[in-house]
Amino acid sequence: MSEKSLNLNLRVWRQKNADAPGKFVTYKLDNISPDSSFLEMLDLLNEQLIDSGEEPVAFDHDCREGICGSCSLTINGIPHGKGRMMTTCQLHMRSFENGETITIEPFRAQPFPVIRDLVVNREPFDKIMQAGGFIDQRIGSAQDANALPISKETADKAMDAAACIGCGACVAACPNASAMLFTGAKMSQLNLLPQGQPERYKRAINMVDAMDANGFGNCTNIGECEAACPKGISLDFIAMMNRDYAVAKVKRFFSGAA
Amino acid sequence: MTSLGKKYIMAVSGLILVGFVIGHMAGNLQMFLHPDWINAYAYKLQNLPYGLLWIVRLVLLAAVVAHIVTAMLLVIENRRARPQGYSVDKPIQATFASRTMRYSGVILLAFIVFHILHFTTQHVHPEFRDLYRPLEGVGTIHGAYDLLEATGKNHVHDVYSMVAIGFSAQYWYISLFYVIAMGLLFLHLSHGISSMFQSVGLRNHTWRIRLDRAALVIAIALFVGFASIPVAGLLGILPYQDMVQGVHHMHPPTTP
Repeated sequence: MSEKSLNLNLRVWRQKNADAPGKFVTYKLDNISPDSSFLEMLDLLNEQLIDSGEEPVAFDHDCREGICGSCSLTINGIPHGKGRMMTTCQLHMRSFENGETITIEPFRAQPFPVIRDLVVNREPFDKIMQAGGFIDQRIGSAQDANALPISKETADKAMDAAACIGCGACVAACPNASAMLFTGAKMSQLNLLPQGQPERYKRAINMVDAMDANGFGNCTNIGECEAACPKGISLDFIAMMNRDYAVAKVKRFFSGAA
Repeated sequence: MTSLGKKYIMAVSGLILVGFVIGHMAGNLQMFLHPDWINAYAYKLQNLPYGLLWIVRLVLLAAVVAHIVTAMLLVIENRRARPQGYSVDKPIQATFASRTMRYSGVILLAFIVFHILHFTTQHVHPEFRDLYRPLEGVGTIHGAYDLLEATGKNHVHDVYSMVAIGFSAQYWYISLFYVIAMGLLFLHLSHGISSMFQSVGLRNHTWRIRLDRAALVIAIALFVGFASIPVAGLLGILPYQDMVQGVHHMHPPTTP
């Protein structure tokens, strides 16, 4: 705690509800420890606002250890702020300069409407998951896990895809608000493994259809999603989705289905 | 059409067009050889059997139309998906080329239209249609000389002089436009050539860097190859520059 505390100007997006117009409001916040996390800094801002009788700033948070995917925020134009592979709750104030003006905006995307201030509705991700982000399997009396050999490489790759916490930073970072990194990761984590094979191609079509139906944009392969992803999800999973979807469509065509 | 369906169309039509520009550049580089080379080549292309010339043209037209129409749909949908932008908006790592595909594409479309009016239909310089030259028997690889010599009518359209005059110093602004357009082609393809593999799912983290580098090499080669011709024309340094016929003392073809 020997480092000097920070005095900050916070330019925060305030919006009463989905229908109200929003605007930026600048607040001064002094004596912030560089050791505090970004969310702790916002907690202090809210205490200051409550003390002065103003409405606190609404923002999403839950675990505060980078695994739940609740926290969001676009900080100085970058989802979860400028640190690579970290969530907003893992971002610390030592990354900022004394006297700096920090612009804090919600994730911006048509499918993610603002609920209030910095909180957006990420329910379309649930819709994509409901369309195919699961396997159909009878429970009870499971077979021995070792009876189903999976190579280390494949298991690692599936785990890399499964690292997605569904925070929506990919959508927020994409200039087209595309959800292909999320959808690709959630599809590939199952399609890579034997347990995911029975519904592999049905899953590919249903999840892509759900993604499109929820109004996400189209990928232009520029890689901003991968760079913004707090879990470092690779563009490879978008390529896997593209391939599985193409194969699914060809299979469907030759099977005579619509 | 689904989002991925549109990506496949962009990739496949893009692949056709990249294949075309590579072949087109290779053909164009014959400008650095004896005039017979490009003149016989042009004669051969114009007289391909089975209407192949028009088949190729229609395939290319279909690819261009598909590429542009799909791109417009993508741009419209992408704007709709992000109605409100960020107040602070800076890319984390995306290349300039990848973020400006739509703009480089639109200018390239304008270039393609002008290029066709310039050298294919010759509406920009109708006097180019009167440029004829007899084949001298150099560069017989295309077989046109042997074919025509037997008939005694070996005058062909003098594409060599048309291109040399079209890029000469008096039309410096045209040469400049060509070089700028080829710079945009470089930008467009430095992203596009690798991107098409991603779009059809034929790319992973190992191949991404290889394809990115290959795209860069191909895009640079295309820029150097294409731009060398307007530059050489502008500076008047084509190896057979003294064989360029002036438009002002053209002879009407003896056998049109």
